[in-house]
Amino acid sequence: MPSTVGTTTPATTPRLQMRGVRKAFPGVVALDGVDLEVRAGEVHVLLGENGAGKSTLINVLGGALRPDAGAIALNGETVAFSSPRDARARGIAIVHQELALVPALSVAENLLLGAPPARAGFVQRAQLHAEAAAALTVLDPSIDVRQPVSALRLGQQQLVEIARAMRGHPAVLVLDEPTSALTPHEVTRLFDGIRRLTASGTSVIYISHRMDEIAVIGDRITVLRDGRHVTTVPAHPLQHEQLVRWMANRDDVAGDAAADPMPATAEASRVVHRDPRVTPSAGATSRLRVHALSRRGALYDISFSADAGEIVGFAGLLGAGRTELARALFGVDRLDAGEVFVDGLRVHCTHPGDAIRAGFGFVTEDRKGDGLLLMRSVRENIALPLLRSLARFGVVPRPSETTLAEDAVRDLRIRTPSVQQSVLALSGGNQQKVVLAKWLATGARILLLDEPTRGIDVAAKAEIHALIRSLAARGVTVLLFSSELPELLTLADRTLVLRGGRLVGDVARADSSAERLLALAVGAVDAETHAGSAA
Amino acid sequence: MRWWRRRETGTMVGLLLLCVALFIATPYFATVDNLRNVAEQSTVIGTLAIGMTFVIIAGGIDLSVGSVVALSGVVLAMTLRAGTGAAIAVALALLVGAATGAVNGALVTIGRLPPFIATLGTMSVARGLALLLADGRPISGFPDGLRALATARWFGLPVSVMVMLGLFAIAQLVLTRTVLGRFTFAIGGNAEAARLAGIPVRGYTTGTYVIAGVSAALCATLLLARLNSAQPIAGIGYELDAIAAVVIGGTSLLGGSGSVLGTLLGALLMSVLRNGLNLLGVSSYIQQIAIGTVIVSAVLVDMALQRRLRHTPS
Repeated sequence: MPSTVGTTTPATTPRLQMRGVRKAFPGVVALDGVDLEVRAGEVHVLLGENGAGKSTLINVLGGALRPDAGAIALNGETVAFSSPRDARARGIAIVHQELALVPALSVAENLLLGAPPARAGFVQRAQLHAEAAAALTVLDPSIDVRQPVSALRLGQQQLVEIARAMRGHPAVLVLDEPTSALTPHEVTRLFDGIRRLTASGTSVIYISHRMDEIAVIGDRITVLRDGRHVTTVPAHPLQHEQLVRWMANRDDVAGDAAADPMPATAEASRVVHRDPRVTPSAGATSRLRVHALSRRGALYDISFSADAGEIVGFAGLLGAGRTELARALFGVDRLDAGEVFVDGLRVHCTHPGDAIRAGFGFVTEDRKGDGLLLMRSVRENIALPLLRSLARFGVVPRPSETTLAEDAVRDLRIRTPSVQQSVLALSGGNQQKVVLAKWLATGARILLLDEPTRGIDVAAKAEIHALIRSLAARGVTVLLFSSELPELLTLADRTLVLRGGRLVGDVARADSSAERLLALAVGAVDAETHAGSAA
Repeated sequence: MRWWRRRETGTMVGLLLLCVALFIATPYFATVDNLRNVAEQSTVIGTLAIGMTFVIIAGGIDLSVGSVVALSGVVLAMTLRAGTGAAIAVALALLVGAATGAVNGALVTIGRLPPFIATLGTMSVARGLALLLADGRPISGFPDGLRALATARWFGLPVSVMVMLGLFAIAQLVLTRTVLGRFTFAIGGNAEAARLAGIPVRGYTTGTYVIAGVSAALCATLLLARLNSAQPIAGIGYELDAIAAVVIGGTSLLGGSGSVLGTLLGALLMSVLRNGLNLLGVSSYIQQIAIGTVIVSAVLVDMALQRRLRHTPS
């Protein structure tokens, strides 16, 4: 392990210094020379929209990823982490959004997982419970450390996970959206815990979009955009609008990041040149009308409508209800209330089969997890939803199936040696085209696209975007659920913004800007009363 | 897919190598009588393993089939003894097999039990029912209507072997050419993707267990024809032999891939191995060791091959 002692005096040495960190993935530069400096005992907020590079930066810090270039110094000493375990041993503790608890073990066993107090191989229960209870005194003393973690509410589980990270008094504690499942009271407790920790010298890197929280707990804020460091400013006073502008604005890049525009920037600028399309006639019945749709704990009173050939974007932070809305419309999750009309007719989808018959197609955000049969061929994947209508007496006629797949491959320009190729061997972009082809083959009139370009390289992304536009031009209604604002700005005729499961804005293309959408999504401005929603 | 990339090719090569080795080791192996005997012995597990292949490709497992062989065999024998005639008796046995399969399917899809647990339960229940119906004793002394299955020959091949080959051919067609077969692969490959494609996953999953139950009843029919009696303690451990045949044939226990052709080869390979070791006078204890070794190495080799093939462009 190479290590050199820093030359600065201890009093001014930052706790953590990341210098010129670069990390590229095939087709994407996730971090392009990022600097981050965190002082001892401060709460440093990391701000940036989806894809800005926050998670990559954290993964580099936590030893899960190796940077291509750049240096990390901890207390002035240069370090290079070989693994997450190595980073942890040097005092970097990370609490990810996904919980890493063992549900069947008790709270105490989870808190001291890895190093329970033991004598001669026997766990000392009394000591275990005492230490665990002590670890939870600040965050939530009401939690019984003897009960299994699975018996806790999600918010309490989150607190247990945070308490575990805090227990070791790490040099740097990273909290990634720690409050997403917490009640306001629990948030207050968490902030108490953070203050105690920082008072004893721990530095906290706090990732969140919630402006009200940042105003309370943050000391300084670093804004990332497109894998670059935009600025670092004090959190007090909190400059709401300026921060949103820094996160979103693609032209007014502060400081060193002005040169060499990213592909995403090029894409966003294409907005202006996009062909104007004929606006659908106002008098006709909407292709899709959704009225007062609710699903407890996820979606509340959602009403909107969409016309044939229209691309309607859905923006919102993680957990705002984008995926939940798509799943509810497709009949995957049961609705608690609400009505859905397609071409003026009420449809009732309790199973994806119903939704498919009603004319829906659903491209899920996780194409490998639930969109494709990876081991099977392009032909089989494309024909899957159609098999029963293709079949005669239960037998699938191979020639018509092959024709179907070959037509789709030609139509969507899927690059594959043949339709017999297993989709596993295709690139991400071509896999996504296979998913799209599947729904076009069923003749879907309403496409629900959930993060259609996630994990796809830049060239393929442009191709998918062009495809989405041409589908809309053919009269398909596209509901585009995306966490990438440039994507929504490029494609959507109007964008509906979700926050906490409610629709808080309906922004027409002409008024749309990344700042506007982001401000609505994070709640920096109040919900708009939207004129556009017809329902 | 080219022939040498097919998963069955490895099993085929193994089977041929084993045959060549036995041909050299013992002159009796390659005689017509012995080969006919080997084929006949493979019919019981082979038939049973057809249904198991469907269940495993759909991502499940069925431990109850051995007991269902006993239960449907007992029902078959009792009906025959009541003098109903072979057709009705066989139909009733198949119905019993289908019904236990439907129960398994319901437990797994509606009850959401893990297949292992659900079929472990029905394994015990079906065994108990068989013992209860037969009062714990073998049933024999019925008309010879089914005897021909075991004794008659077509073109020199025992009818039982022809029946098994016919069933395999039908199963191969069903699995590769029909909606049912394709949905079976889809459900085992990615149940969530299948559901989102509008496939009624519960119904088709249950269907695979029904197929397994029906193959168990067919297996019981062949067994009864050969032994001319039905035993309530028949078929103990058959489920594991069937699973072994499926796995040796290259079907993944993870679901989503496999073939009945491979299963046929797997069943033949086990049968040849047992026969060969018998001919060589190897003790039955050592046979167990050999069979276990073959199962594990078949899967090890298969996994290594699949890894390599996946990384070579076609």
